[in-house]
Amino acid sequence: MSQPTEFNIDHVAQLARLALTPTEKAQFAQQLGDVLHHIEQLGKVDVSSVEPAAHAFAVYNVWADDIPQPGLTVDAALQNAPAQRDHMIVVPKVVE
Amino acid sequence: MADLIYQPITQLAAALDAKQISAVELTQAVIARTKAVNGRLNAFNSFDEADALAQAGASDARRAAGQGRGALDGIPVGLKDVIAVQGQPLTASSRMLAKFVSPYDATVTQQLKRAGAVLWGRLNCDEFAMGSSTENSAFGPAVNPWDLTRVPGGSSGGSAAALAAGTTVATLGSDTGGSIRQPAAFCGLVGLKPTYGLVSRFGLVAFASSLDQIGPFARTVEDAAIVLGAIAGHDERDSTSYRATIPNYRAELGGRRGPWKLGIPKEYFAAGLDPEIGAAVERAIAFYRSQGCEVKPVSLPHTQYCLDTYYIIATAEASSNLARYDGIRYGHRAAQASDLVDLYARSRAEGFGAEVKRRIILGTYVLSSGYYDAYYLRAQKVRTLIREDFLRAYQEVDALLTPTSPIPAFKIGEKSDPLAMYLCDIYTIGVNLAGLPALSVPCGFTSGGLPIGMQLIGQPFNESGLLAIAQAYERAHDWHTRHPSL
Repeated sequence: MSQPTEFNIDHVAQLARLALTPTEKAQFAQQLGDVLHHIEQLGKVDVSSVEPAAHAFAVYNVWADDIPQPGLTVDAALQNAPAQRDHMIVVPKVVE
Repeated sequence: MADLIYQPITQLAAALDAKQISAVELTQAVIARTKAVNGRLNAFNSFDEADALAQAGASDARRAAGQGRGALDGIPVGLKDVIAVQGQPLTASSRMLAKFVSPYDATVTQQLKRAGAVLWGRLNCDEFAMGSSTENSAFGPAVNPWDLTRVPGGSSGGSAAALAAGTTVATLGSDTGGSIRQPAAFCGLVGLKPTYGLVSRFGLVAFASSLDQIGPFARTVEDAAIVLGAIAGHDERDSTSYRATIPNYRAELGGRRGPWKLGIPKEYFAAGLDPEIGAAVERAIAFYRSQGCEVKPVSLPHTQYCLDTYYIIATAEASSNLARYDGIRYGHRAAQASDLVDLYARSRAEGFGAEVKRRIILGTYVLSSGYYDAYYLRAQKVRTLIREDFLRAYQEVDALLTPTSPIPAFKIGEKSDPLAMYLCDIYTIGVNLAGLPALSVPCGFTSGGLPIGMQLIGQPFNESGLLAIAQAYERAHDWHTRHPSL
């Protein structure tokens, strides 16, 4: 198992797209270090011949016939968008 | 009818059918009770009186026309604020969704409406269902009606507190690691987590998709069977939904008498178990033995790894599920951002509370390049072993009997350390990892007057058997007839 000392809070926060404050970073690094230390014991389990389980039961892809179904109206789909204009969602400029 | 607010569904449905009360009168009673006590409990994030009374009026009209829809018609049912109701707020107790209004119904919501239930209230919970105490709520903590200085459990604490206090007749919660069963135990209620896939997750705010299940809180086992019957069933909109004929759970209760073979997993009676809880569960075991049940010790040898496995898998899935909250399509959006990525990071930092951020960070870490095999993949393999433990036990017994929680309801603010909070779930999380049905049923009180719950864990999709075992105990005891003085 990896050592908790490798836990780089800046890198992980960046991956998670979370702008943490310095206080949060210090606190989370310490608390999650404790949790990761606890998790270390999983390394003791022999899993060499064990298949991983993504679900408790086998879950298979489900196919549906391609039949149009009634969906949300544009107004309903956009009703919770925090910034919008002319039935479009507004985002910061992404190309120069 | 005296004490309308504490009657089970079965009694109220009979009274509605006999025209002794109307659905409007019943709804007015729960509205009045809610207004009287919610200021102390904070069990509701919001409620809509006019909407509830309109639903109740429609129910009365159906009954008057001879078109009643059965036991749930006109019965107030509260929903945890992670289950979508069209036109109503859906906050997940988060600043992130403070202004969100559902554009559609969850499948369980549609099913309850079809059964004629009066949907009453958006119930408080831990933010995005992450927690064991309902303290992680942007609306402030919910409180335990049995002791206002203590938590109602979590994450579905509002669902438990609201029902225990008589502000509704049944509620729905969601259970990812014990979030129905533990608050049911803390508040003296029946709480059922169905088999994974039995109840549709469509319209449930996702936390950890391979673990989440919606289920009922109820005053009695029979009431839980009634609500489960309404919400169970295959749904094309949930690809993990199970294709099966749903039995009439309530009718099947009458036909199952036992005796049953019950397994007692020794790992669930280890150090850290409150002695009064241990004694109460031992008395329940003695009861089943006195009824002719064969009770035998079993072992679930990977129990000690459940907590770690759970916190890897649940946080990994949460970090992925909660990536959708980006401040763009819905949810909180930061006012100032320099570019798109900055907008994501600021919106999420402002919208999420501390526990949600902690779990996203942990989940992101265990999935990140270089750590995936050591944490996530290994946890998935241990999950296989945990599941095999249960299936091996079921070769010998019909169900397992354990305490629901190692401790009774704790003081608000008592568990400030995340790891200490996580340890509250040690008896409930294995069930979610294995996808099994389980329920908590009241089995006593501590000397301090706090409810105690025992957990019965059943075989996959055998909810009927599980409910029957629980009802055999309930019928011989009166714990469920006691109510908090509030």
